[in-house]
Amino acid sequence: MAERKIRILLSKPGLDGHDRGAKVLARCFRDAGFEVIYTGCHQTPEQIAAAAIQEDVDLVGLSCLSGAHKYLFPQVVNLLKAEGADDICVIGGGIIPEQDMQPLYDAGLKALFTPGAKLDSLVEWINTNVTPRA
Amino acid sequence: MKELGQKVLAGDVRSASRLIRNLEDQIPGTHVFMQQIFTKTGNAHVIGITGAPGAGKSTLTDELVFSYRQRKKTVGVLAVDPTSPFTGGALLGDRIRMLRHAEDKGVFLRSLATRGSMGGISKAVGEAIHVMDAMGKDSIIVETVGVGQQEVEIINHAHTVIVVLVPGMGDEIQALKAGLMEIADIFIINKADRDGTASLYKEVANMVHMSVTKGGWEIPVLLVESVQEPKKFAESVSVICDKIEDHYRYLVDNNLLSERLRRKTTSEFNEALWGAILQPVLNDLDAGGEMEKMIDKLLKKETDPYTLAAEVAVRYKNKV
Repeated sequence: MAERKIRILLSKPGLDGHDRGAKVLARCFRDAGFEVIYTGCHQTPEQIAAAAIQEDVDLVGLSCLSGAHKYLFPQVVNLLKAEGADDICVIGGGIIPEQDMQPLYDAGLKALFTPGAKLDSLVEWINTNVTPRA
Repeated sequence: MKELGQKVLAGDVRSASRLIRNLEDQIPGTHVFMQQIFTKTGNAHVIGITGAPGAGKSTLTDELVFSYRQRKKTVGVLAVDPTSPFTGGALLGDRIRMLRHAEDKGVFLRSLATRGSMGGISKAVGEAIHVMDAMGKDSIIVETVGVGQQEVEIINHAHTVIVVLVPGMGDEIQALKAGLMEIADIFIINKADRDGTASLYKEVANMVHMSVTKGGWEIPVLLVESVQEPKKFAESVSVICDKIEDHYRYLVDNNLLSERLRRKTTSEFNEALWGAILQPVLNDLDAGGEMEKMIDKLLKKETDPYTLAAEVAVRYKNKV
């Protein structure tokens, strides 16, 4: 019978090529029963937004370890909004200094995870906060 | 909500993607939209790409999309990857090889998980093809999961089937076996700069010479190498693209396309009948808890499945 499955786009925007963390998350989300579309590294925000729409995901997870999160993360949120797809939840992870957090939340990021975050806590956050669309 | 079908016909990506998701999730009422679009379909050329895991299907698909775009054709891609039998989750990684098309409005790429289907594609693929067709895509490429010998479901959906082989997978008897090796309209030997290519080519070419095709299609065996040399690689794939178009013309000229369409339509109608007749019965038996009771009876050997099924058939005869 009908059962909505949570679909997640996992992507690394910008020039950062360190994707061990993103791969661990992809595996973790797979094991949690989600469908994970992994795009790999070096994505532009435009590519990520287009992919999110083509894949009809509920959640976009962005990983960035290079320090460019302040530009790249909000850009994805804005592009989705411009396409009328602001119902897609965007979260981020990486090395994000404390003082950058509030501006990112203000820009529309729904959650931010930093080194040391437990995999279980991510899955729980998704199960609590992400409802597959109607 | 009513206009979803109209938007798909107008080529709207978000609506099409949502419709495909509804089909995958089997949301009740989705068939209303399929009714809106079905009669408008039948214009796209559907190409299936299949082969073992890691044979290079995604990389070839990416380059084929490029070739088609050079020829000013719009393309839909349905890329299938496996669902976990344990968790129901999936890691869909085919996009990684196809990034450069993400922003091209002439390309719509959608990843699908198999969700329990065993034939190399998912149940929703057939319907998703119709959705992309209705959007007006000229060519639709279906990339199957990495397959073994037996997952040949793609033949029910593709007009042209490409089987991708790589050297080093077994002796010449493998090339003679039934299943995967029978379904190719075009063979590609990928990674042909590796050892074993010459003998694989010989085995496949020998096997192909023994094949009899209606209308005299000679199944090409094409070698592809040098993925590291983009220009050379692009040239090889452009040749594949030519062959795919030759095959389509051959199907049309020999009136064989209708035969393939008939196969697909038959299997679709079977599915639809299943959904309209058997599914409501199963739902009803499940809801009343009767299914479990019948299974118990069978486990205790009080009766047999055939008698029970006949009883159920009589009971629901005029109800569905």
